[in-house]
Amino acid sequence: MKNRKLLLENVHIPGIETFDVYRKNGGYRSVEKALNGMTPDEVVEEVKKSGLRGRGGAGFPTGMKWSFLAKPEGIPRYLVCNADESEPGTFKDRYLMEKIPHLLIEGMITSSYALGANTSYIYIRGEFMYILHILEKAIAEAYNKGFLGKNILGKGYDLDLFVVPGGGAYICGEETALLESLEGKRGNPRIKPPFPAVKGLWGCPTVVNNVESLAAVVPIINEGGDAYANVGIGRSTGTKLISACGNLVKPGVYEIEMGLSVEEFIYGDDYCQGIANNKKLKACVPGGSSVPILPHYLVTKTASGEDRLMSYESLAEGGFVSGSMLGSGGFIVFDEDQCIVRNTWNFTRFYAHESCGQCSPCREGTGWMEKVLHRLENGHGNIRDIDLLAEINKKIEGNTICPLGDAAAWPVAAAIRHFRDEFEWHVTNKDEAITRNYGLSKEPLIA
Amino acid sequence: MKVTIDDITIEVEAGTTILNAARKIGGEVVPPAMCFYSKLPGTGGKCRTCLVEVAAGSTADPRPMPKLVASCSTPVMDGMIVKNKTSERVHEGRSAVVEFLLINHPLDCPICDQAGECNLQDLGYEHGSVKTRYEEERRTFDPIDIGDKIKLHMNRCILCYRCVEVANQLTEKRVHGVLNRGEHAEISTFIEQAVDNEFSGNMIDVCPVGALTDRTFRFKSRVWFLKPMEAECDCKKCAGKVVLWMFGQEIYRVTGRKDQYGEIETIDDKTAWICNECRFDKKDLAKWKVTGPRVIDRHSVISQGKYETSITPSIKKIN
Repeated sequence: MKNRKLLLENVHIPGIETFDVYRKNGGYRSVEKALNGMTPDEVVEEVKKSGLRGRGGAGFPTGMKWSFLAKPEGIPRYLVCNADESEPGTFKDRYLMEKIPHLLIEGMITSSYALGANTSYIYIRGEFMYILHILEKAIAEAYNKGFLGKNILGKGYDLDLFVVPGGGAYICGEETALLESLEGKRGNPRIKPPFPAVKGLWGCPTVVNNVESLAAVVPIINEGGDAYANVGIGRSTGTKLISACGNLVKPGVYEIEMGLSVEEFIYGDDYCQGIANNKKLKACVPGGSSVPILPHYLVTKTASGEDRLMSYESLAEGGFVSGSMLGSGGFIVFDEDQCIVRNTWNFTRFYAHESCGQCSPCREGTGWMEKVLHRLENGHGNIRDIDLLAEINKKIEGNTICPLGDAAAWPVAAAIRHFRDEFEWHVTNKDEAITRNYGLSKEPLIA
Repeated sequence: MKVTIDDITIEVEAGTTILNAARKIGGEVVPPAMCFYSKLPGTGGKCRTCLVEVAAGSTADPRPMPKLVASCSTPVMDGMIVKNKTSERVHEGRSAVVEFLLINHPLDCPICDQAGECNLQDLGYEHGSVKTRYEEERRTFDPIDIGDKIKLHMNRCILCYRCVEVANQLTEKRVHGVLNRGEHAEISTFIEQAVDNEFSGNMIDVCPVGALTDRTFRFKSRVWFLKPMEAECDCKKCAGKVVLWMFGQEIYRVTGRKDQYGEIETIDDKTAWICNECRFDKKDLAKWKVTGPRVIDRHSVISQGKYETSITPSIKKIN
């Protein structure tokens, strides 16, 4: 399968992070095209036609999100870029912003123009301080060259772009918590409705988009929405950045065309080149820590025997029983030596740590699950605990303010569904559970 | 707008929340609320005890909502059909929330001043299970001193944020708030400052559990041994309409007048918050004009064997 690159095509050109090199390689064409010959509505229409879906994890159509934006007279509108990438296993936005910052800035100018926003923000994770400097340098260049500031390209459109660092909380990646944090408050998710499209930043209509979604606006405007929609498969159009990590020969950030088979992605020579150390594939989390884990027999084939593809639909095939989600593209691969219980505990510990503590099911439930899993992993578990875990996550799911509760519950539910034997092994082999990892390796963890 | 809650249809204004619509109907269809406080805008949505099932969104779009929704923050739509008491899912969801709230809440009701008028106690009685499945140690916090009038017992807190809103909306300057996140989130003051403000005592009245209690009343008596009496005084700072909790001729404590949902009543179109002077310093009966017994509407031990049965009918007759 040929591999089209729309975002990272020029990433290897030396000096691409500077304005001049980026411009020489066709940069800022989309801004010119949009401002010179398109009305804002035409830009929105083009994005709608492209079928671009939000790359932050939920996969909501970006064009539709934009069209929901309320446009009352005399009230400013904002575009906010969600660069608070903190999902375990996901590091695609970091790569994009670090290597080719002007692509994001270009996408934000075009998108802001489409939405009629005169002030836009990039909310960046506090840990990415070095990227903040890269972006600020790039923004200063864009101001100098007249692509930001007053009267861009002489077309009478003004835009100010700011980069704001967060304090390093995972919850601030949830869009309403992000807005709270951007306003300088404690990053607690807001109660919805009202949605940000109606009442967002400082009570004004706001669109919050992922870094990759905004960057994808550039090729959409350059080549046209229809051309973008031709890339990919079905309703999963375009390309996707996948951050592959775990026990792979060649982990890293890959730009793939939607519809690539998972088998080729893991084993193909152009991609991850198989499992490291000649081990066997045991399980895979295809979309960042929040999505259900897949056992090896469901990674490359769906339950009905078809090839599983890297697309929103194919990865979700089978629902939560035998499927997963594309999520944010954090592709985590486990080899046969890894212990799923330990991994699940690790994920849950993360969610318990990152829960904002606002609503009771998530605050109490994530901590409870973490404690039970910690007990199980360390050989102090009881066979009852496995059912208890399943019960707890059923009680968290759907009862919380924001999706963090669901994100904490799904991995545990899936791990129990597919790897119940491993949980039981931890209960029945207590002494061994303390000393070694579950898996084929018999070497003890602690000598 | 017409909304149907548990097969009872009622006409309400646009923008009313499901919970307020249910309160208009009254009785058993009202979902419990631990964090929502109708007199404090901005509260609600956090505790998730008021979850209800929406069986039909509206006449225009009769699809059911996939998840249970927080009734305190979801506005009604015309033709909405809500299930509270009649829904099995709601019952399950609510008992889940109660279980979550109770896993870390100390079960020290016998020594807690809030016992008898505690929302969580009521809720646990209605929706809780007999046995806990939580085998771990309960979460504890280091005690901090927030002043000589109010006692903060953080272990009992359920993080409803009501007291934060009291400080935001009633006092001139908020000095306390929520620190940390997740399980470790706690109510605290900035560098353990004392909470000292004329209306800070209302934090005690809004607290649904025993996390904030009155230090001038602490451990003096159980509330159900006391006689609640309505009283008033000429106060320049507040409405001066209070409830005196008396034993014989002695005033044990002073609180605001709470209605059946545990919220301060609206008197003359104003929420009758009381100032700290009335609450903490006027423990002398001569300073008050007692106007009559206080009827406690909530199904609490306080109301048992008291005025509700014996005096209420005669009050009604007089009126």
